[in-house]
Amino acid sequence: MSTANIELLANQEYKYGFVTDIESDAIPKGLSEDTVRLISEKKGEPEWMLEFRLKAYRHWLTMDEPKRWANLNYPEIDFQDIVFYSAPKQKETLASLDEVDPELLRTFEKLGIPLNEQKKLSNVAVDAVFDSVSVATTYKAKLLEAGVIFCSFSEAVREYPELVKKYVGTVVPTNDNYYAALNSAVFTDGSFVFIPKGVRSPMELSTYFRINNSESGQFERTLIIAEEGAYVSYLEGCTAPKFDRNQLHAAVVELIALDDAEIKYSTVQNWYAGDEMGKGGIFNFVTKRAACRGKNSKVSWTQVETGSAITWKYPSCILQGDNSIGEFYSVALTNHAQEADTGTKMIHLGKNTRSTIVSKGISAGKSNNSYRGLVKMSPKAAGAKNYTQCDSMLIGDQCSANTFPYIEVQNATSTAEHEASTSRISEEQLFYLQQRGLSQEDAVSLIINGFCKDVFRELPMEFAVEAQKLLGLKLEGSVG
Amino acid sequence: MKEVETEAGDYAAAFERLRENPSRFPAWIEDLRRRALEQFEAVGFPTVKEEDYRYTNIAPIANGEFQPTIDFDETRRRARRADISSLIYDEARGSRLVFVNNVFSPELSSTEAVAGDIVVEDLAEAIHGEHAAMIKNFLARGAETSGDDAFTSLNTAFMTSGAFVLLPKNTETKMPIHLLFLTDATMSKVATFPRVLVIAEPHSRATIIEEHKALNEDAAQSYFSSSVVEIYVDDEAHIVHYKVQREAENAFHVARTRAEVGRASTYNSTTINLGAGFTRHNINMNLRGAGSESWIDGLFFGQGTQFADTHSLINHREPHCTSHQSYKGVLNDKARSVFNGRIFVHQAAQKTDAYQSNKNLILSDQARVDTKPQLEIFADDVKCSHGATVGQINLEELFYLTSRGVKPELARNLLTYGFAEQVVQKIEVESIKRQLDEVILNRLHTTLDA
Repeated sequence: MSTANIELLANQEYKYGFVTDIESDAIPKGLSEDTVRLISEKKGEPEWMLEFRLKAYRHWLTMDEPKRWANLNYPEIDFQDIVFYSAPKQKETLASLDEVDPELLRTFEKLGIPLNEQKKLSNVAVDAVFDSVSVATTYKAKLLEAGVIFCSFSEAVREYPELVKKYVGTVVPTNDNYYAALNSAVFTDGSFVFIPKGVRSPMELSTYFRINNSESGQFERTLIIAEEGAYVSYLEGCTAPKFDRNQLHAAVVELIALDDAEIKYSTVQNWYAGDEMGKGGIFNFVTKRAACRGKNSKVSWTQVETGSAITWKYPSCILQGDNSIGEFYSVALTNHAQEADTGTKMIHLGKNTRSTIVSKGISAGKSNNSYRGLVKMSPKAAGAKNYTQCDSMLIGDQCSANTFPYIEVQNATSTAEHEASTSRISEEQLFYLQQRGLSQEDAVSLIINGFCKDVFRELPMEFAVEAQKLLGLKLEGSVG
Repeated sequence: MKEVETEAGDYAAAFERLRENPSRFPAWIEDLRRRALEQFEAVGFPTVKEEDYRYTNIAPIANGEFQPTIDFDETRRRARRADISSLIYDEARGSRLVFVNNVFSPELSSTEAVAGDIVVEDLAEAIHGEHAAMIKNFLARGAETSGDDAFTSLNTAFMTSGAFVLLPKNTETKMPIHLLFLTDATMSKVATFPRVLVIAEPHSRATIIEEHKALNEDAAQSYFSSSVVEIYVDDEAHIVHYKVQREAENAFHVARTRAEVGRASTYNSTTINLGAGFTRHNINMNLRGAGSESWIDGLFFGQGTQFADTHSLINHREPHCTSHQSYKGVLNDKARSVFNGRIFVHQAAQKTDAYQSNKNLILSDQARVDTKPQLEIFADDVKCSHGATVGQINLEELFYLTSRGVKPELARNLLTYGFAEQVVQKIEVESIKRQLDEVILNRLHTTLDA
């Protein structure tokens, strides 16, 4: 493959990099207690929510930015240079989707998420979040018939304050870590899901996050509660326009599973990753945690991380209930100057709890890709079991792949197994496929997809197809 | 933090008192020691807030009021009376150096079987001989790069003797070289700083046994031993290194092993940790020449409240090198084990083949294992993998043995023994192997004769 060709392919456009020209209602840059009050006021929040924010903000002030324990390298973040609230201007209340600004509908359509009643994705309910606010949620009424509450977080605070109050901040406390505290103070929107006892959600739920304003950060908060015996599959996707400056995305996701409940949470993360020199892109500092509170409960995290300049993310499971199960399936792909430090924590507290971790890291270009994980068997977690597999693939000799697993076992009946390996696409494999008539690109794509199969298998079908295409696109021209 | 500062002060005072002894070292070593002490005072003892000491609290050492040996004559006199006949290996009868509390003991040592140009002697002696220039070139060379480590600096600051082994070009010893470091802690809380420098020139070959043991173990007070071992393996040289750590149960054992491995050479090591209430061993391996190969194996058999921590760093700097690491832990009672293994593959080290495993057998609910194998890879054409397991005796294996009429308790012990034995059996010096087998079976209250 000629150098010119490689460059052509490597420089391929990030196809979600456009900016929507829409008038927005944004507050001035900067962060202070007034900013927190202003956000709360704009959202018309009750007093207790404001208190929650202020408590978090005051604690955040006492914390230091976590410096350099992660295998990441990024410049200081100036919190006074960020717009903490930006919402597209629109009519006061929306009776139906028809009243949503057509420009917004077009934006989401372009992103492959049609919100129109006629064109909606079948059997997937979507909550679309644009900068700081949720602009539309589809199939809301149909879900309510089944008893499932699916709405924006702001709406939940207004409509279901008791549920929000009972669960918010119980999995990720406001003082958990620097970015979680920041999020708790300034979060603007996100999704709220409540599946009552014994209900299986009749469709997949999904949230689509879009950052549009070049100066804003996105601080969303998601809360999913599955009562006894409930089941839900939830997926999220994210994109952002191409800007030269870095933007901060600091989200908090809390999942709560009671007895016999199951939550499946899938992410396809494709934030703008910056250009090949590492200019611009999203700093993705996310705290995701699930509490398997009930007996026999199960939480499964599946993530495909392909975007963001910096990813700092450890979706975790606290396995409190006896026999509860935690799963983590991850594909993390980094190219150019991207850096990712991602993994999971499985905290085994209950008896006979089980966890499975499958992590596939692919690094190309000059990127830096790390798996960091913790498996902890507490003294009471009798009979607990863990299986961990971390595989890395390196493409080119300018990138790095790292594995940092922490395993802590404190009783004599639990077992933990960890395996990791590193490999690359071998010349023989490529040769074999090419002599069968596949182009080099297709051959690489096929090998990568085989490498990631264990994870893709866990994704809902439409997203699995999407994820495979995404990986192919991201890596084009990396091998040659 | 305050206690730690005070402690650095104690060591500084001991350092001054030590200088009152007429020094047998040339000025450059005195400078090296002075710099090391300054370095130690600057960084102080590490705390659990540091990632490398996250699971390992060394406060008992920092606050332990241990005293480096000052009175060499008295130490030598006491050593002369010691009976070490049970500590001598037949294979190394005439190739052994013995040190007691940092002091070389010519009476207990014997190098009569060391032939030809091979040098096995006290570092304090060798420094004045024909190899002075070479020693100057190699001694504490690694300390420059790992200078941030308080324990290495402390050892260098209190280096008063040590073992010096030189294998000139094309030389080979058939009998292993036994370096025995004894601590006599019957009188006071002793701090001792064993030091080893091994230089293997091209095409040389030898087996080194490094052993740490208490003298008059039953009467020993708590003591602190902190060793530094530097091994330079030149091109096509082959070194086998056994480390047998059988300190007293109330001892604190801290060790640094640093090996530089050249082109097409091998460095194989087996570390057996059986003694000491507290052990911290840092292994720093540098594969510096293409095609070099290294096996790094280890076993910790813990009982009571024993604690052992191994931190290893395998640095692949050049292409076509192989490293295989297998560390095992058996944890009984309230024993705790920490393992931190890091394989670092530099960008130039294509075709690296690196494997690492840490397997732990937990026999008691009070025992605890914290393990953290790590891979950091900057080259794409490599074969690297690692694995860690923490678990119990396989029930199927147990069933198989009991179905053959073996009593469950004996079956359990046999399986545990087998698990540990996989490390021990690699040792090629018969009498060490026999001795270790005995200790392990003893701990399991089992004999194989039955």
